[in-house]
Amino acid sequence: MKLLDSLRFRIATLFQRSQMSADMEDELRSHVQHRADDLERSGLARAAAERQARIEFGGYQRVKEECHEAAGGTFLESVFQDLRFAFRILRKSPGFTVVAVATLALAIGANAVVFAVLNSLILRPLDVPQAQSLYGIERGKDKDVTESYADYLDLRDRNRSFEDLAAYNVAPVGLDTGNNPSGAWTMEVTGNYFDALGVQPYLGRYFHGADERGPNSAPYIVLTHAFWHAHFQDDRGVVGRVVQLNKRPFTILGVAPPEFRGTISFVFPDFWVPIVNQEQIEGTNVLNQRGHRGLLMVLGHLKAGVTPAQAASDLNSVGTYLERNYPKDDGQMTFTLMRPGLTGDWLGGPMREFLTGLMLLAGLILLAACANLGSLFAARASDRSREIALRLALGSRPTRILRQLFTETVLISLIGGLVGLWGSIMLLRGLSVWRPLPTAPIQIPIHPDANVYVVALLLSLASGFLFGAVPVRQVLHTDPYQVIKSGSTGTVGRRMTARDLLLVIQIAICAVLVTSSLVAVRGLMRSLHSNFGFEPQNAMLVETALSMAGYSGDDALTMQKRLIDSLRAIPGVQSVGSVDRLPLYYGANDSYVFSDKTSDLGASNAAADAMTYKISPAYFDAARTTLLAGRTFTWHDDKNSPRVAIVNQEFARKLFGSATNAIGSYFKMRDGTRTQVVGIVEDGKYSGLAEAPQPAVFLPIPQSPAIDMGLVVRSNRDPQQLTAAIKTTVHNLDAGLPFTIRTWNQELESALFPSRMATLSLGVLGVMGAMLSITGIFGMAAYSVSKRLKELGIRMALGARPKEVLQTALGRAFKLLAIGSAAGLLLGILASRVLAFIVYQATPRDPLVLGGVVLAMSLLGLLAAWIPAQRALSVDPMMLLREE
Amino acid sequence: MTDQAQLLPGTLDLLILRTVSLGPLHGYGILLRIGQISGNALLIEQGALYPGLFRLVRQGLLKASWGTSDNNRRAKFYELTAAGRKRLREETASWNRLATAIGSALAVQPEEV
Repeated sequence: MKLLDSLRFRIATLFQRSQMSADMEDELRSHVQHRADDLERSGLARAAAERQARIEFGGYQRVKEECHEAAGGTFLESVFQDLRFAFRILRKSPGFTVVAVATLALAIGANAVVFAVLNSLILRPLDVPQAQSLYGIERGKDKDVTESYADYLDLRDRNRSFEDLAAYNVAPVGLDTGNNPSGAWTMEVTGNYFDALGVQPYLGRYFHGADERGPNSAPYIVLTHAFWHAHFQDDRGVVGRVVQLNKRPFTILGVAPPEFRGTISFVFPDFWVPIVNQEQIEGTNVLNQRGHRGLLMVLGHLKAGVTPAQAASDLNSVGTYLERNYPKDDGQMTFTLMRPGLTGDWLGGPMREFLTGLMLLAGLILLAACANLGSLFAARASDRSREIALRLALGSRPTRILRQLFTETVLISLIGGLVGLWGSIMLLRGLSVWRPLPTAPIQIPIHPDANVYVVALLLSLASGFLFGAVPVRQVLHTDPYQVIKSGSTGTVGRRMTARDLLLVIQIAICAVLVTSSLVAVRGLMRSLHSNFGFEPQNAMLVETALSMAGYSGDDALTMQKRLIDSLRAIPGVQSVGSVDRLPLYYGANDSYVFSDKTSDLGASNAAADAMTYKISPAYFDAARTTLLAGRTFTWHDDKNSPRVAIVNQEFARKLFGSATNAIGSYFKMRDGTRTQVVGIVEDGKYSGLAEAPQPAVFLPIPQSPAIDMGLVVRSNRDPQQLTAAIKTTVHNLDAGLPFTIRTWNQELESALFPSRMATLSLGVLGVMGAMLSITGIFGMAAYSVSKRLKELGIRMALGARPKEVLQTALGRAFKLLAIGSAAGLLLGILASRVLAFIVYQATPRDPLVLGGVVLAMSLLGLLAAWIPAQRALSVDPMMLLREE
Repeated sequence: MTDQAQLLPGTLDLLILRTVSLGPLHGYGILLRIGQISGNALLIEQGALYPGLFRLVRQGLLKASWGTSDNNRRAKFYELTAAGRKRLREETASWNRLATAIGSALAVQPEEV
């Protein structure tokens, strides 16, 4: 309190200086008047009396200054003095200033970027009222975030802990606002979604629970503000307008406020639609199938006073009820609560870990930067020892000198922090509008808020004080008489000093970063050349969902055949196949499969959880997936013929022991259909590049209808010409069918997205770490050479060879470099195990990586020591000795 | 004026506190009162008084308010705060101890040692 008061007083005196001055002058004038009154009474004329009184009073200005000082008005003034002096000093050594500001700008900028990402994606809750009480639900040990609609209804109606529970799902849909059919993304939500979240409409109204009266009963949509802005130009008249979704009329009810963009932090839908209209949106209605756990995610506000643990046990009792009443569909119904936004621990977990790791690395970089600048600054302080000694001798207190030094360092760090923050805001602005996956509504919305600014400010202040603190002891122990008498003190310690230790730590950190970025880059390169189980070269992908043009049932199958046939007829096309979900793309389907002997088809009896693909006969040919045994599908594998499937090696091994046993054998699907294996294909990558071999089963579309189509068009033709031909062909078949065309390689970019991001961020940090090490080693080497110039000169005069001189001058720097690199390499190898989860085949036991690290660190050392070495070698002993 | 004594460092504050303890005074009044109670034996430069006053206000020992003097002029009056009263008591006691000690030290005769 006392400190605060005194600070307030001092600030107040600064701003009230003019008023205080006036007050003071009044008082002093009053004094002179009183004295003059007395003198007048003793017989002087008034004018003479006043003159006499002023003379007696003495130095008027001096008294005023002293009064000011006595009243405490000088603290901030002296801070301004310090600032002015600091600016002058920094201007006088632009080299040091630029290096220091740039180093800090990079380090603080990196911290600000990582923290802003962490802040937006993990720390900040969804933008809804009372976000603290908003929780999502995860199920079972695997933390599954999806529920079936039937289970959701039971959870909603039977729990006593939530005010209300809403559910949502993301789906693609064909939108036509008037002769412009195009693909869009919608969030299918339960009727109570907006009410349960407590969000108010920006325009018009929302739909409510009462609007749901059975399948397809609520043909309404609510637009996001961004979509309204981009596609309807902020037209307030859109409310009540009818648009076509999948060729069916839907009425626009309203627009959501700009800050509310759905309930997943990085998925931005274009509009919301009631989930009871699922059949019109997705082509099928699975709402009444309890065992069908699509992508429905559940969330809601807790009632006041209910803790998450109480809510979870309440949900678990509902779960017990479900297990008892629906044993066929509902196994293991235990629930935990999680923060919504990142779809639970499925994505939130790894992301949190990765970002925390990144934050740690960024913090280490800042620490290294401070260590670096600290030693540079200490070197400068000892170069300035003459100035400091003079000021001490003239009566300045050591604390006053330290305050001056800290003013300089904090000034540098604040400027650095500002530059860094500015840079990171620019970078983040770019990141926010970037759509990493062209066909998915994914963005990384990072808007720096007050938290980020405060953190950047605190980091700047802290680093200023941190690196300013390095030379404190040195200043406090300055003996002015010694320094002025003998010049700067030139003792270079032989022991390992704290500064050396800092440098070793810093080099080690740099080596860790270099190691992990090399590991990541190597892993990424290898994963680009690994076997995916298909060949992405020379293949175009045409993606569409037939539901978007209103097809369903047999119509859809007919249309699929016509599409495939007409694309096949394009000149230069070798083969065309269709698959409902592309491997290595998001949203893969999987389902439990059972051995033929199993009669109880509960989840716990499943023989495997297999990736499931619904394909057209020529898919394997078009994708260049090798058929190892048996046959592929034909169009005759239809509803009237026995159920058949083609499986991969892993599936055959898991269910039947070997490939030879598999052909001709039977297994059961979830719904109990016996299915015969007619062919075996090679294993591939299905949900991620880093995955272990997974079982996969392929089913023919005539037997297992699929509304989504990824058409693989294999051709050696130029992609641009081919694209044009494909466009005309599809357009001629149905002008109202939205679709996208890309090469398969472009599509794969998205599969590699996580490892690319990881590699990129590690690479950036690695380069920064390397730069810091260079300046650190350079600073240390240059300083030690300059301190020992005289000694080196004498050695040369006595006949030392250049090699010996270099050894004396730089041996220490290289020893530190070697120790630091070795430690860093070891740590980096340990850290790379973590990396292996994100980046495919990231292994540090790779001679190329190990060699690369050693090479990189030696290059760094050479680069950093080059200039000091030149200086050491160019010492002219005669010049040096004459200077004395 | 040669019989006037210079102030020892640090004693001005004590004098001001003592003077003001007798009743609220403005700056010029304090000077007059110091002259009066010391029998004009202590010399204080007129300007030197004010930094001392401001310092004592900042330390919370004095408080100041504007008023009208006997000469019917505007003047700033100072009075003791509770902290000021306490400080005056302590300083007086310690001054007396010091004065007695110095006095008896100076009064020592050679044969007494």
